[in-house]
This record gives sequence, structure tokens and C-alpha cells, in this order.
Amino acid sequence: MEATLLPNPKDTNATILLMGLRRGGKSSICKVVFHNMQPLDTLYLESTSKPTTEQFSSLIDLSVMELPGQLNYFEPNYDSERLFSSIGALVYVIDSQDEYLNALTNLSMIIEFAYKVNPKINIEVLIHKIDGLSEDYRMDAQRDIMQRTGDELLDLGLEGVQVSFYLTSIFDHSIYEAFSRIVQKLIPELPSLENMLDNLVQHSSIDKVFLFDVNSKIYVATDSSPVDIQTYEVCAEFIDITIDLDDLYVENDGNGENKPRELRSVSHLSSGSILYLKQMIRGLALVALIKNEDSNDNKSIQSSASQDKTLTIIDYNINLFKKSLMRMWEHSRFVPVDGLNTEETLSIGKGITKNI
Amino acid sequence: MSHSSRKKLLLMGRSGSGKSSMRSMIFSNYSAFDTRRLGATIDVEHSHLRFLGNMTLNLWDCGGQDVFMDNYFTNQKDHIFKMVQVLIHVFDVESKSINKDIEIFIKALTNLQKYSPGAKIFVLLHKMDLVQIDKREELFTIMMDKLQKISNPYQFKLIGFPTSIWDESLYKAWSQIVCSLIPNMNLLNNNLLKLNQILDSEEIILFEKSTFLVISSTASIQQNQDAVENNGGQLAPPLSTQEELDPKRFAKISSIIKTYKQSISKLRSNFSNLIIRGSNGAHFYIDILTDNMFIMIVLRDKDSSQPEGQPQHEELLILNNIKSARKWFEKIENSGGV
Repeated sequence: MEATLLPNPKDTNATILLMGLRRGGKSSICKVVFHNMQPLDTLYLESTSKPTTEQFSSLIDLSVMELPGQLNYFEPNYDSERLFSSIGALVYVIDSQDEYLNALTNLSMIIEFAYKVNPKINIEVLIHKIDGLSEDYRMDAQRDIMQRTGDELLDLGLEGVQVSFYLTSIFDHSIYEAFSRIVQKLIPELPSLENMLDNLVQHSSIDKVFLFDVNSKIYVATDSSPVDIQTYEVCAEFIDITIDLDDLYVENDGNGENKPRELRSVSHLSSGSILYLKQMIRGLALVALIKNEDSNDNKSIQSSASQDKTLTIIDYNINLFKKSLMRMWEHSRFVPVDGLNTEETLSIGKGITKNI
Repeated sequence: MSHSSRKKLLLMGRSGSGKSSMRSMIFSNYSAFDTRRLGATIDVEHSHLRFLGNMTLNLWDCGGQDVFMDNYFTNQKDHIFKMVQVLIHVFDVESKSINKDIEIFIKALTNLQKYSPGAKIFVLLHKMDLVQIDKREELFTIMMDKLQKISNPYQFKLIGFPTSIWDESLYKAWSQIVCSLIPNMNLLNNNLLKLNQILDSEEIILFEKSTFLVISSTASIQQNQDAVENNGGQLAPPLSTQEELDPKRFAKISSIIKTYKQSISKLRSNFSNLIIRGSNGAHFYIDILTDNMFIMIVLRDKDSSQPEGQPQHEELLILNNIKSARKWFEKIENSGGV
């Protein structure tokens, strides 16, 4: 049973392994991030008893494995070695509302083992259920956990292991933010992607741009300016609004010939900013916040004309970006050569609306 | 002036029937889930809403506990029941003491007949979600028949709606209640149809700005016209395009846009328009029409093979058309209250 669940080492999928003590919130995270479950509904989730794997196709093909907390990974019949050698990121979930000392011991044991087997593994620690802690206490908890983990690792003689910590909760966007960063580390093309986005930002008076995975609302790349969580939230919600409205007027009959067109949505705000969304390849969408500073000074007619001009330029630039993104993916090792064309037409119309 | 532009709406019904819940949802953007937090209403809670410019809705949410109720029908009766334009009476379909409910309804009718005989009466049979789906219609007809019989001696014609906060029925009911207060609806509809002719759109919908209740739409105008024609013995051609669309779409659009407004408020801003080029050849334009109305236009590319030409130009054209329509609709609005 377990053998079949282990990822095939030949798979090109980047694998994320979710671990942590039982009742830490692993399944809830999975459901909320990848299945759009309402956070409150996760109350009714059953405890997971078997390892589960799920596949997600985004910019990269992603597998998310979840190991139940009560399992002992160091039993001889469990092939932990092969497991750890094939994964890209180890995500360890700590329940911050519970006593976490046991979890930390467990964590450092796992790190010790995983690091030996696979030194390239990314180790990510989610300090989870942070919504239950008061603002001041959050930072204390984080400092405490980081300190203790560091000490434990030192005791085990492990130095120079990179461990990243995130404060997360499924009730706000922090979990998406954390997963975005985790997934980004698994994308080999990330530097060039970011470069392209930076270029786009510089030449189009864009304030902030995200490349979103539409299903999960994870952003697989953004430009290099710092991420403001509110901008992220607005952009992520803008995707939902666009898709929801679009779905209302979809005709059911003509699915054969009509090939879905690329979705594009523009919204002018009263502050002069513009929200811009355009569908990219492989279930991705580019969302940009365009700020128009001088709109307040000018007369309204002038500014609207200049806005139209900026929009035309941005349209053009983003089209170029999309083309280069497609070219990039043709050369990417993650996509089989013949896979691109079919993927591309499929990914948008269907990829957006379906929950895998 | 004050008479025509100030509308007094009484919201009545027994304690716990859901009056404040529905008020919060329609006028204060609560979600159905949020209404759990609401406590009992003490005495009367007034809310004032500017609706369509020169119209002000004074909503009197009358707490339904017996102490207050007795008070309304004795000491405060002229204060409460004078100058009422609309009574919205809420019945809990799961109520244990229907006789008590009806008793209060009769009292309200008696007072209303005395103090404002011209009032319109809407009856909401609320919490319909608690009734089995196949029994809802039957229950609704029986209840409405009974209530109508009760109110016949008072010469009131009841308009009833089955409602629930968990689906769009509540939204639909309130849209119709509020629309019944708009004086020059016909003029508005005519203009809307004209605009539709010019744009050749799939659908045009008008929304009120703050509540996002539907004021009018081309689909509903057409439905009414068909109903009239059918009564005259003529057969209306079947509306193929309309039937395919989701009948609940108005409420959904409204809640989507409300969500959007809330989302945008994080950037300390409001939205002035939203243009979507859909994946299916549909184009959406949501724009401010007047100070109090939003317009939503849905266009569809008839020719699907047509290459994507210059979308920028088309968008500007539509936006300009909306701008030109603006002054006509403003005129109607301003003439309305006087």
C-alpha cells in the first residue's frame, strides 16, 4: 500500500511533504488551499489515517503528500529513505495553540533524518493556528520556536541547515502567502520569471504584479517589490469575482466548437488605480495593480485619456509577457514537448473552473 | 415634497421571525452567517436609507417581543401606524404558535386601516429553508390563501413571498418591494429598452448603488410584456436565450459585486467600473450610471470565429454609450420625486 504512495523518483513532479503531529491542521491546510474549502467547514474533517497524495497541475506539476501524525516513520518496514530522497520540500505543521515541545523534538528528529538523506530538501515550518493567539504573543511564540529548534539542531550536530518559519492561519491569507513562498522555491525558472515581471513593472507603470495559480490562489511569482498582504488579498479576490461573473453567463450547449478565449478583466477604481487581470497559460493568471498618481491633478477628461493610453501599453506588454512565458515553458523540462499546445487551450476555460 | 420622497416602511412580525436578520443582510451587507450574532431588537430600530437620490426609506424595524408589540397597538399606535407606505410582515413558517402570529397580523391590519389605508402590504413567509423542498409551494399557497382571507375585510391586497436568508429568495423579495416604491418605473423601463436596442446586448440590468438591489432588467421587462401578451390571447415567442441563463443570477451578481466592493475597500477605494472579457465570448460592463444606479451590460460575440480585433476600441465605445445614456436616466431620476 505504502509503496504505491511513494512518489516515483523518475517523476518530474515537485513534491511537497506535509508532516506534523496529529490534529495540527495538515488536512485542513490541504483542503483550504487546494480545494477551496471554507475554513469553517474544516471543523468537520476526519482525522487522516493513511498517507495521501494529490496531484496539482499548475505552472509546475505539484504533488502534495500528507503523512498522518500518528504514523511512526522510523519503523524499519517504512521506506523513509526513499520518501525523503524524492521530495522537494518538507512542510512541518506545528499547532501554536497547543503545547509544542513534543512537536519540536519530533521535528528535529525528522530534520536530522531528512537532511542526511537529501541535503537539498527545503525545510519549512508552519507555526499554525496563529489566529488564536494575541498579536504580541505571536512574535514571542515564533521567537521561542525558532530558538528551541535551533538549539535542538545544534545538539544533534546539524549546522547550516536552512529552516524557514511562517506564521499561518487558515482564516486569513497567511497560509496562501506561506504556500506561495514554499512553492516558489520549487520552481527552477523563478529567477527569470521574476526578472520578466520586474521588467514588466518598470515599463508599464504597474505598482504590483502577481502571477497567480487560479485554483489555489497561490502566487507562483511576483515582482521584486515587497508584498503587501492587502494588495495580495485584493488581487486574489479579484480573480474570484471575475470568474464568478463569467460563469454566470456561460452557455451550456456550445462546448464543442467554441474554444474558450482568454479571460481578461479590467476595473477602474475611484482612486485612479486600475486592477488588471489576464489569463496566462497552465491555469495561471496575471493580476496587476496599476497606480495612476497624476489622475488627481489633471482634469478628468485628460486623465481618462491618459489612462486609456497606459492601458493600451499595458495590454501590449502583458501580451509580450505571455508569449515569452509560453516560450519559456516550451523549453522547460517539466513539460513534455507535445503537451504544451493541448494544455494551453485546456488550461484556461476548464482549468479555472474545475476543482481537481 | 416630503411626502413623495420619504417612505415609511414598517417591518413587523413575532419575535425571532428574522426581521433584523433580513434587514442586516439587505441593507448592511451582513452574510447569512453573520446574522447569528444579532440579538433581540429592543423597541423600534430606525434606519434611514437614501435610495435613488431623492427617495429616503425610513425603515422601522419593530422588535417583536410581546411587551413591545402590546405597546405598539395601544400607546404608540398613532406614532407607529401613521403615514405608512409599506408594511412588511414577516411570518416564521416554523412557528409554534400560528394563532398568536395571526392575531398580531390582524391587529396590525386594523391599525393600518385606520391610520394609513393606502399602504401596501407585503407578507414574507420566512425561513422557508426549514421546509422540505417539495412541500414549499403547497405550504406557501395555503398560507397565502388564509392570510388573504383574513385581510379581505380590511380591503388590503397582500403580496407574498417565500423567503430564506440562505438563498436568493430574500434578495428577490426585497428587490420587488423596493421597486414598488419607485414612481416612474415605466419611463425607466422604456429608456432601458431603448438603450438595449442601440447596444444590441444580451442583457442590461440596473442596480441600486448602496444595496445592489435590482431595479430593473431587460429580462424582467420582457417577461412582464410576455405575460401581458399571453393574457390577451396571443402566444409569445419562446425566449430561447433567457431560459438558458441562471434564473438566480441577479442575486448572485449582486453578492459578487458586494464582495468586490468590500474587497476594494482594503485599498481605501471604491470601484468605478469593471470590464470583463469572458472566456465564452461574453463581455461584461459594470459602470456607474447615475449617482444612485449601477448598470451592468452583457454583450455576446455572435460570431465566435471572429478574430480578437481591437478590444480597446469596443470597450471605449460601450463606455461612451453608457456616458451618453447617463443624462437620460438622470433626468428620470430627478423628475421622479417632485
